[in-house]
Amino acid sequence: MSMPFYVSPEQLMKDKADYARKGIARGRSVVVLGYDKGIAFVAENPQSLRKISEIYDRIAFAAVGMYYEFENLRVAGIRYADLRGYSYDRSDVSARGLANAYAQTLGTVFTQEPKPYEIELVVAEVGEDEEHDQIYRLTYDGSVADQHGYVVMGGTIGQAEELLQSRWRPGLSLGEGLSLAVEALALDPAGGPSRELEPRQLEVAVLDRQRPRRTFRRIGGQLLADLLDSASPVHDAPQTDGPPGHHDLLTGDRPVAPHAGSAAGAEPDDGDPSTPGSARPGNPQGREDELRRPEPGDDTPAG
Amino acid sequence: MTDPFASGRLPGAFTTPGSSSFTEFVGRVSPQLLPGGRSLPVGASIDAPHGTTIVAVEYAGGVLLAGDRRATMGNLIANRDMEKVFAADEYAVVGIAGTAGLAVELVKLYQVELEHYEKIEGTLMSVEGKANRLASMIRANLGMAMQGLAVVPLFAGYDLDEGAGRIYSYDVTGGCYREHDHHSVGSGSIFARGSLKKLWRPGQDEATAVRNAVEALYDAADDDSATGGPDLGRRIWPTLAVVDEAGARFLGDDVLAQVVEQVVAGRQGNPGGAR
Repeated sequence: MSMPFYVSPEQLMKDKADYARKGIARGRSVVVLGYDKGIAFVAENPQSLRKISEIYDRIAFAAVGMYYEFENLRVAGIRYADLRGYSYDRSDVSARGLANAYAQTLGTVFTQEPKPYEIELVVAEVGEDEEHDQIYRLTYDGSVADQHGYVVMGGTIGQAEELLQSRWRPGLSLGEGLSLAVEALALDPAGGPSRELEPRQLEVAVLDRQRPRRTFRRIGGQLLADLLDSASPVHDAPQTDGPPGHHDLLTGDRPVAPHAGSAAGAEPDDGDPSTPGSARPGNPQGREDELRRPEPGDDTPAG
Repeated sequence: MTDPFASGRLPGAFTTPGSSSFTEFVGRVSPQLLPGGRSLPVGASIDAPHGTTIVAVEYAGGVLLAGDRRATMGNLIANRDMEKVFAADEYAVVGIAGTAGLAVELVKLYQVELEHYEKIEGTLMSVEGKANRLASMIRANLGMAMQGLAVVPLFAGYDLDEGAGRIYSYDVTGGCYREHDHHSVGSGSIFARGSLKKLWRPGQDEATAVRNAVEALYDAADDDSATGGPDLGRRIWPTLAVVDEAGARFLGDDVLAQVVEQVVAGRQGNPGGAR
């Protein structure tokens, strides 16, 4: 009969942690930071395999590490949020609940399975104001940290963290916040000169607290280039979206002009969709506010 | 009945790779939450509120869906300001006729279904796909429908590829039919359909389509006791949603008040609306 090798629990956990950390360090970093009107997510990720995703109305997800592992948790998170929102109410879905569920899952995998997840993730929820924004960072072993203002995770993050610590402050505009995040991502861990990151190498999204209901929007195209260009007058995400297509993508293209023959049809279109005057008759606030979405069950008798 | 959140950890079903359908997921995890997941005793019948007339009208560049506000229970009016038209997602709306409680539950599930797909896949579902998803959800309700609790929706969506509106109607078995120009469902639909047949013109604009839809609802209410007419006293207007390339939106009360008042004024001394 052969004796099994003895490995102390400390050693076992340390080996697993080292293994997970090495895996995570191979990938590129992600920065999450608060700005005056919401929370921004920036990743160096030119591919279509996304690191940033919408989870629910005011909650988003960002991750680094092994793609299939965090993709699995992303889908689980969307299922969790949608099931909870469907069986209770949309307002009962919170980032804290989701972060707890993720923490339990990561912790169980770390202690009970031979291979830990090689991922780090952030669950963020945009609040009514900056005070109430919540950013949770979760690591491979299931530990959760409640972060204030900004998070950087992924490969070699020491310098990026220092930069954000010295330069991030509450009330940054979106343009300033994104520029800072890109500067942090472009730092060379070996101490050499910073790289140049083009807008097309970036995956950027925001949770915009000013939007009703679903607050998640991706930012791309000319809008992203303008936001990152300090010489450009664009510092903020527009409230009206561009041409018809996926509602969650903002590209800075000119929004669709309202139809000439709309219901009342009397008000002329002044051609500038950003001014309230061009909104449809009977809608002084513009299109977003007009999308009144009665939730079934609000006003209806029980069957 | 188990609470899937009881353990704290995300249950295995949450992390199991599967389809991007929310309904299928709920069916695996908590089937009791699905509208069709319950069974009624054989031969039982209940008197539940019913929603009645929904009309859909295509126009140049879009499609609209309108519904009256009355819910009836037998010969009683159960509700005067019920909403029967809902935004399904950014580019689709759905109106419901039939058993109100079930229909509303079904729409709620359908809204989550579309949003869930969109988040998981990172892309919008095609308008055909949306219509078919709704069909399969109606099909799942067949057992209830056979016991008198039928749900008959009317679906209107904007096709981003074609740049035009589309209308789909359903039967209780989940049959899904593409309709052209205009359509109506519910007990007042025969009158609304007749009305739209005479009023609809190819290439009409949005304002005309809105007026035609209100006229059709007026005609339905005129001859069908289960459909609510224009309630000028209480200032309750029909629910009317339009879907075009800018997305789905509901018309405001001020716009609707104007149209309804015009239609009612036009019918003074001409109740049949003869042209």
